[in-house]
Amino acid sequence: MKYLQQFLRILTISFLGELCHSLISLPIPASIYGMAFLFLALKTGMMKPEQIRQTSQFFVGIMGVLFVCPAVGLLNCWELLQKHGAAILTIVVVSLLLTFAISGRVTQRLLKKEDA
Amino acid sequence: MLAENAFLPILLTLASYEVGRAIQRKTGNSLCNPILIGAILTASMLLLLKIPVDAYQSGCAPLQYLLTPATICYALGLYEQLEKLKKQLGAVLAGILCGSIVSLLSIRAMAFMFSLDDVLTISLLPKSITTAIGMVLSSEAGGIAALTTAAIVITGVLGNVFGESLCKLFRIHHPIAQGVAFGTASHAVGTSRAMELSQLTGAVSSLSLTVAGVITAVLFHFLIP
Repeated sequence: MKYLQQFLRILTISFLGELCHSLISLPIPASIYGMAFLFLALKTGMMKPEQIRQTSQFFVGIMGVLFVCPAVGLLNCWELLQKHGAAILTIVVVSLLLTFAISGRVTQRLLKKEDA
Repeated sequence: MLAENAFLPILLTLASYEVGRAIQRKTGNSLCNPILIGAILTASMLLLLKIPVDAYQSGCAPLQYLLTPATICYALGLYEQLEKLKKQLGAVLAGILCGSIVSLLSIRAMAFMFSLDDVLTISLLPKSITTAIGMVLSSEAGGIAALTTAAIVITGVLGNVFGESLCKLFRIHHPIAQGVAFGTASHAVGTSRAMELSQLTGAVSSLSLTVAGVITAVLFHFLIP
């Protein structure tokens, strides 16, 4: 029953996240509200990590399989890919290089200042 | 007959994903990403069995229902890693923030250069962050969820395979800085490589992927065409 209780807690937070998403007219996904709620609940001690740990680990573990179905949807936009494939690939690669370099270098520079 | 079977869509999805995982375990090659292999196998089976993609996707709805609760669970890891990283938190957050901004701006600028239409631009904007958040951002703003997912997976696989060489190329030596780079630029798939470098790198990387997701979710709407 432990798993069911943990699932109940996570579902309650999901419900609150979805509620905020429908009440507040900002384009923020329900999952972001939910993450904020869970984080606050843990931070304030309202919820202990042990009260959700196993079910959380299960959910984070199965995350990958949830993306197979949306990826299969690419079958529906085949023409688009044929037309813009080169542009899309360039954007993906160049922005990966820039993001990787900037985020790593900025952190490294600031870490060195802290050490000094 | 097969198209109406309520269990076939999820059965196909789970089975294809498991095959993908088995191949990745056997080869140890991160190009063999289970999401990628799973999607290719599932798509081939749909074509072979003549099942419409739309019927397959609505059959998968029970699985997709779990995406929001699963994403929320990232908050547990975030909470526990923040406790460990208190001292270096400023440097870590600054790196993630700069990286996320550069990611969004560079995609927006290149989409303009290639004169891609709005739908394509929206679909590509959240491509550096975790699929759980990126896909939702894209589809709610009118993008193509499938294209976003594909761009995200390709980004992750590239980060996973070439991340270590990129650290050398850009002279990122500090394990915390490496973790920030992996997590901010290539989310969970990159993080799985960061975990192999060191525990600290992995922990920082998974913190970074979550924070980058949240930052991008907030900034995304200012960059929509």
